[in-house]
Amino acid sequence: MLTYDFMRNAFAASAIVALVAGIVGYFLVLRGQTFAGHALSHVGFAGATGAVLLGIPAIWGLVGFTLIAGLGMGVLGERISGRDVAIGVVLSLSIGLGVLFLHFYTAYATQVTALLFGNVLGVNRQTLWTLLGLAIVSLAGLGVIARPLLFASLQPELAEAKGVSLQLVSLLFLAIVALTVAECAQIVGVLLVFTLMVGPAAAAGRWTTRLGRGVALAAALALAEAWAGIALAYYTDWPTSFWITALSAAVYFASLLPFNKLRLA
Amino acid sequence: MRAEEEKNKAVELEDVTIALAGRAILSRISLAIESGEFIGVLGPNGSGKTTLMRAILGLIPPSSGSIRVLGEPARRGNPAVGYMPQHRHSSGSFRLSGWDFVASTVNGHRWGLPGASAADRREIDEALSLVGASALAKRPLMETSGGERQRLLLAQALLGRPRLLLLDEPLISLDPHHQRTVVGLVRELQEALGIAVLFSAHEINPLLGALDRVLYLGGGQAALGKVAEVITGPVLSRLYGSEIEVVRMGNRIFVMSGEHDLEKAEHRHDAHL
Repeated sequence: MLTYDFMRNAFAASAIVALVAGIVGYFLVLRGQTFAGHALSHVGFAGATGAVLLGIPAIWGLVGFTLIAGLGMGVLGERISGRDVAIGVVLSLSIGLGVLFLHFYTAYATQVTALLFGNVLGVNRQTLWTLLGLAIVSLAGLGVIARPLLFASLQPELAEAKGVSLQLVSLLFLAIVALTVAECAQIVGVLLVFTLMVGPAAAAGRWTTRLGRGVALAAALALAEAWAGIALAYYTDWPTSFWITALSAAVYFASLLPFNKLRLA
Repeated sequence: MRAEEEKNKAVELEDVTIALAGRAILSRISLAIESGEFIGVLGPNGSGKTTLMRAILGLIPPSSGSIRVLGEPARRGNPAVGYMPQHRHSSGSFRLSGWDFVASTVNGHRWGLPGASAADRREIDEALSLVGASALAKRPLMETSGGERQRLLLAQALLGRPRLLLLDEPLISLDPHHQRTVVGLVRELQEALGIAVLFSAHEINPLLGALDRVLYLGGGQAALGKVAEVITGPVLSRLYGSEIEVVRMGNRIFVMSGEHDLEKAEHRHDAHL
């Protein structure tokens, strides 16, 4: 299976993305902002299709739109939290715009399918390098803000009193989430970003009680799910994204089982 | 001489007015709290208990007047001030340990990766043992009871060895037994460490044996003094702006408006929030 160039690329790309998604996703779930991740991926669809229309690689449209939307959400902060209807309307509008852009592009259905559901087997060398660059930026950014981010997530009022700028931390984090969403969309598509960012992190948070182990386990689970998904897709010829979502769901539901022995403590 | 006096003051308010969204929460309050005092902060919902604490923390600037904390102007991030906010947030479905939760405070305002040095870990362990939560801290925070959680949050507030501790409604949603335990623990710590404590609550009774003085807020006004001086019909009538009767029954005090027990009513109201 590894004799094929596209398979090697697929494994490398999914490894990069899964590690970032697992780590960033851990903080996303800890903060209870999973909906933000979902929202950003939808906005990314409009960005990606818009970019294709303009003849720019889809990933830069994704990055650009998710980043702008992430920063916008960070700036509005508290004012949009809980405004589910407003966010939902913007989400639908984003998908609608995506459809419009595709209409003008008169694209083939494969283009849409790849954006919505991912196309990890179509990753080329150049995309691989782009993903690696984005991953380094995301993780470096997270490394800088991790300490105040954790404090602000667990105890916002206390963090504010101790001098943490909640808004700045939230803004920077959402920018990092936006980059991660754009990366994930390359592997599993904009509709399934949850599967790598939320599933593994949620399971890791239930199986561990220590922060460091939780982050490491989230990354490990995401990586295992992504690689196993590609391998299963290779042998069954079923879509990779199906296998990754199935594994992610299986692991998450397993984490809900009340077996104390399953917990790694 | 003036400087010496100021050093002994934990909190000093001079003619302080605080307005939120155009509404004056506290108007022209002056008061001084000595270092080493245990102050019970009482008053109806919306009377400004949390606002006062946030102002002392430097989070809300007064629209006029000055607030001095431990001899300096109130400022955000003063390490000598410990704070325990009303607990509303949780780590969701995460089973993060109490220890990691408490440790997130240490240097939490600095950029970089989380992590505690050996000295930090010692300090965290010391704070946990002060409140009797060493064993508790190994367990996931979400699986602790209300009383246990308050112990952990108290340990968190003690990090950095504060000389002033602000506790915002630590008794909320605790049963009477755990309320007594928490009040007893805070009093013990306050005396052992010689620090000043502002402890806000809905009801005076759980605090009666422990507090030195009471600060009662209401109608933008404040009354600070011994329980017998402040919890009286005339003083509370002025703060509530309506006729209040104070009924003493054995060791308990009831603040009544007509036939209603006001403090109890506040408590019930809050339980529905």
